[in-house]
Amino acid sequence: MNTVTTTGQTRTAAAPREGGFTAAAAGYIDDRTKISVVVRDYGRKIFPDHWSFLLGEVALYSFVVILLSGSFLTFFFQASMTQLVYDGSFVPLKGITMSAAMQSTVDISFDVRGGLLMRQVHHWAALLFVAAIGLHMLRIFFTGAFRKPRELNWVIGFVLFILAMAEGFTGYSLPDDLLSGNGLRIIDGMVKGIPIIGTWTSFLIFGGEFPGEDIVGRLYSLHILFLPALVVAFIALHLLFVVTHKHTQFPGAGRTQDNVVGYPVMPVYAAKAGGFFFIVFGVIMLISSLFSINAVWVYGPYDPSPISAGTQPDWYIGFLDGALRLVPPGWEFVWLGFTWSFNILMPMIIIGIFIAVVMFYPFIEGWITGDKREHHLLDRPRNAPTRTAIGAAGVTFYAVLWAAASSDLIATHFHLAIEGVTHTLQALLFVGPLIAFVLTKRTCLALQRKDRSIALHGYESGRIVRLPGGEYIEVHQPADEYQKWELVSYNEYKPLMLRPNAEGKITMAERTRAGLSRWFFEDRIAPASQTEIEASHGDHH
Amino acid sequence: MRKTTQPSRRGRTKTGRRHPLATVALIAIGLMMTGGAYAAINAGTATADTDINTQVNIDEGAKLFQANCATCHGMEADGTVDAPSLVGVGAASVDFQVGTGRMPMQMQGPQAQQKPVQFTDLQVKQLAVYVGSLAPGPGIPDAQYLTGDGDLANGGELFRINCAMCHNVAAAGGALTQGKFAPPLAGVSAVHKYEAMVTGPQNMPVFNDLVITPTEKSDIISYLQHLEAAPSAGGFGLGSIGPVSEGLFLWIFGLGSIVALTIWITARSN
Repeated sequence: MNTVTTTGQTRTAAAPREGGFTAAAAGYIDDRTKISVVVRDYGRKIFPDHWSFLLGEVALYSFVVILLSGSFLTFFFQASMTQLVYDGSFVPLKGITMSAAMQSTVDISFDVRGGLLMRQVHHWAALLFVAAIGLHMLRIFFTGAFRKPRELNWVIGFVLFILAMAEGFTGYSLPDDLLSGNGLRIIDGMVKGIPIIGTWTSFLIFGGEFPGEDIVGRLYSLHILFLPALVVAFIALHLLFVVTHKHTQFPGAGRTQDNVVGYPVMPVYAAKAGGFFFIVFGVIMLISSLFSINAVWVYGPYDPSPISAGTQPDWYIGFLDGALRLVPPGWEFVWLGFTWSFNILMPMIIIGIFIAVVMFYPFIEGWITGDKREHHLLDRPRNAPTRTAIGAAGVTFYAVLWAAASSDLIATHFHLAIEGVTHTLQALLFVGPLIAFVLTKRTCLALQRKDRSIALHGYESGRIVRLPGGEYIEVHQPADEYQKWELVSYNEYKPLMLRPNAEGKITMAERTRAGLSRWFFEDRIAPASQTEIEASHGDHH
Repeated sequence: MRKTTQPSRRGRTKTGRRHPLATVALIAIGLMMTGGAYAAINAGTATADTDINTQVNIDEGAKLFQANCATCHGMEADGTVDAPSLVGVGAASVDFQVGTGRMPMQMQGPQAQQKPVQFTDLQVKQLAVYVGSLAPGPGIPDAQYLTGDGDLANGGELFRINCAMCHNVAAAGGALTQGKFAPPLAGVSAVHKYEAMVTGPQNMPVFNDLVITPTEKSDIISYLQHLEAAPSAGGFGLGSIGPVSEGLFLWIFGLGSIVALTIWITARSN
């Protein structure tokens, strides 16, 4: 700190003579902000280069686009459910009674210059935001980037995912068109399905009987004030953690737990990232200018009586809708004078468990493996077969719920009976993850075996040689040293030993842990050791 | 003869040969005749229902019916175990089912599928008047309700309340139970839309004139024609089936192109 201060002072004194205006301006700013400290500390920070490391950035940039387009929309949107008679320029709605929210949304679409484009930018960017978060999370999961010391950042990221969904839901409920009203009605039904407090909670949320006249205003406060503030705060925390932990990298020659191989922030990475922001912005603008999204004027104003065929939520809420659609009939009964709606409660419980397992997965896996080391090198998915298989099972579970949300469209577009689709998906919800687990684990182990054989014997060259003794052999091309490094340098975990604790007892928890650990690691392929590699030299079989 | 020859003999100039107003009169007569003929033909099509309702056509229709429909519907159109009686379904029902190619039915299934129409327009009408002649029933609608110049806003509201739960707000169609479905309404002619409302084909309920008046039906038809003809305001509509196609598009093309670009950005130059 001291040295910086001194150099700063020297430069200030020398500035007018040496560098002219630029140096003077830089000196002026540095004296007052100490920006050079930031540049010194963070400007030389190294970020590794891999395409999948940019997915989180995609989410960040789409959030910036959402903020910009959303601010524009707030200039014209009226979050009020006062009933008005539409008299704008869209003829097929002229004379129809609708809320001020709906009217201002239609006005933004047809009477505000650039309004429809901004609405579409906002909506498409929101879809991309959540999708990019999803893909980013999958990358983190399958490469094991959530392991110590990054467990908390996984939780923060997951909270961001939930917040993004909440932002999305509150957002698409605002226009007060038929689709958003139907979505709110489902939420109302789910709230009312909670035993004892359900009805009161629903009346509290909607300010009386659904739909009431309050909900749009309340959702608006959440959508533009409370939730964005939380999202920004959690993004700041998330990025702070990324900087503190430094970025993970894939294993490779010269890459260790203690270094990061890549480009410094200044100037290379900052330039790339800055350019990439405009690329993401450009893709969103291109989609928004070419493809229609949420044509509220077709849906018409909300009215509790009609509903449209093919009513679905935006994609990220789809898995919740799908969970409701997959419940078999007859799960509702009256007991103690209350209606127990297990057709609603069961999906909420199952989804709740699913979300909790995903959110706390780093701690669960850490406990099972007993691994307390820090990990800055990523796993290749195949080198953690059980985790990859768990991930595949989770993705399948989510995908089945997701597909169930569009069961009616699957039925019409593939000429199937909707009952057939529903029953198939009900079975797949339980069988699918199991199949995915087994297939993925076996595939990972097979790929590990292949890696091992390449490390030991090299590639099959297809060249057959006849030896003087008459024997035929196929010549193998050895892998180069860099590749061998990647193939053999991974952690080999072994199941935990079941040991008595200090009191000489084996607790039930320890027994469970040892059992899970055995399940995790009993099938494994050991990386080829140095001795094995040396022994394989000259062996061309 | 004399009279005609006389002026030619007498006339010094050709100008005096005809009355000065002859040309005007000739044009007027020509126009009246063309216009009259046009109006007559036009009126003929407009009142096709009444014009075609002749004994000859009914007899022709009966023959067509016996050759093409009687296997399932019975020789007297009074139904068999395979198909319902058509006594009292009205001409509108036959005009819809046969005119859209749903009948004769291709195969037994959850509902009759549309296929290319198998009869000429005249034959369809002959079949219709034959079935219409068996007992009173809804007739082929009057052309005044099919012009498509009704109240769009009213039609839209009626459509959303009465039709959208099966046909979707954008008339893109939807699923029903047991493999049945409400078809998309794009490309369906105004007369068939009207006939579907009054006769309730397949699994559709009947919307008779007490439930939805003919004028309101005309409004709904106008709204649907507007929906089909008006360009999608926000760009390509992605099938107008809402968030599912939007989400699929975003994941496949939106995120797909973004991932391709991340690979491009992080690619090392060779």
